Amino acid sequence: MNANPLLSAEQLRCTVGARTLWRDVNVAIRPGERWAVRGPSGSGKTLLLRTLAGLAPCQGGAVYLDGKPFSAWSPPAWRARVAYLPQSAVLPEGTVETTLAAPFAFKVHRGRKFSLEAARHYLGAVALDPAFLEQDTQNLSGGEAQLVALIRALLLQPGMLLLDEATASVDPARTTHVEDLIDTWLGESRDRACVWTSHDPAQLERVSTQSLQLERPA
Amino acid sequence: MNAQALAISNWQLGFAALLILVNLLLSAWLRLGLTRSLLVASLRMVVQLLLIGFILEAIFALNHPLPVVGIGLVMVTLAGISAVNRTQRRFPGIYVDSVLCVFGASFVVTGAALLGIINVDPWYRAQYAIPLLGMVLGNILNGVSLALNRFTEGAARERKLIESSLALGATRWEAAHPLITASLHTGMIPTINSMMVMGIVSLPGMMTGQLLAGAAPESAVRYQIVIMFMIAAATALGAFGVVMFAFRVLFTREHQLRADRLSQPQAGVRHGGLRIRRRFMS
Repeated sequence: MNANPLLSAEQLRCTVGARTLWRDVNVAIRPGERWAVRGPSGSGKTLLLRTLAGLAPCQGGAVYLDGKPFSAWSPPAWRARVAYLPQSAVLPEGTVETTLAAPFAFKVHRGRKFSLEAARHYLGAVALDPAFLEQDTQNLSGGEAQLVALIRALLLQPGMLLLDEATASVDPARTTHVEDLIDTWLGESRDRACVWTSHDPAQLERVSTQSLQLERPA
Repeated sequence: MNAQALAISNWQLGFAALLILVNLLLSAWLRLGLTRSLLVASLRMVVQLLLIGFILEAIFALNHPLPVVGIGLVMVTLAGISAVNRTQRRFPGIYVDSVLCVFGASFVVTGAALLGIINVDPWYRAQYAIPLLGMVLGNILNGVSLALNRFTEGAARERKLIESSLALGATRWEAAHPLITASLHTGMIPTINSMMVMGIVSLPGMMTGQLLAGAAPESAVRYQIVIMFMIAAATALGAFGVVMFAFRVLFTREHQLRADRLSQPQAGVRHGGLRIRRRFMS
């Protein structure tokens, strides 16, 4: 497969204070690919995903989506395509349903409509009851909140998922459901791809076909 | 009606100062540990007021716009700085932003009142310009510090929630909007609350002063109404301005939240800060 990359990074560098976390990161993520970002704790895996989503400033190098650099995109439009899921999901107050529907009010999603049916479909895929929609978000467990955040992102139909420890607080049975759900999601369209980080090497083996190793520069 | 207020002699001031004994005795009896602060605060209050009395006396005598505007700018700068000193987290340029907002809001509103409402002639008559500016500044200071504190605290504490909005495609304005609204509410609430009970629970200081100076109650009330509308407008302008400045620093054009530009909470926020925190808790 030699399609043009969906998302790519060239000579990316990240410094926090005086410390360089990583540099010379080059990666080209093509449609259909599943990447794993590996590296010890504190190696900046989260920062790399946040940089790819355009949420953290780039200290060097550049990121491209569809061949266009980040600076040529409107950042909200970029993020509507490249969905980043943080490792601990913080949800706004309200019910699960209002939380799932809220992003549809953003200008960038104008023209899309929240579909209760799609929401129920995704809930079913991770073995959650439709009545779950009425739950108060502040009473959810960490794992449930992560699932809601994942469904919220999927409903917006992004082209890429950046999954930062997406199942860290999710129970083992539902973790399998999440992996299957993402697999199905990738198969539904030709121009989708995803990037995972995980503390569980076995999970990375299961879900990824490509791998990027972050190492401390000497 | 132009009766002069009774003059207060030095002896009478001395007797008034004896009232501080009530505080000192209470402090000693209940071991409040406030004795030192009470004495320092009393001394500062007396010295500062006598000093400003001399300065105002001189400015009134000069009857020239320059000293009036000059002392106005000094008051604005001090108010802008104190507003920041009552907040817990700072960002680069916060002092300049605060002084600019206080300056803009207070000069525009006071100017409009002097020229357009009360029609003072000439506009720089110190008898009108300085008290009006002072009243407006005291309230802007409060509104600006409350709004600024709410905004910066919110940006630090609700950082993950705001970032998840950005990650879902919100513009910086969409992501910050709930926080901006909450900050402006916090900044305006004291003014709205005081307008609600004005004349019923509280007789405002300026009106009381005019009554003591021999003004007719009906005229004093009219001045108070003008000043309250000035305060409401100026506080809204100042709070809105400073929140917009903070927004531009903390939310970049790349629609990123830069909470890392905020300092850690200040350990030694002075009494003003304490009051703010209490207000937040209640």
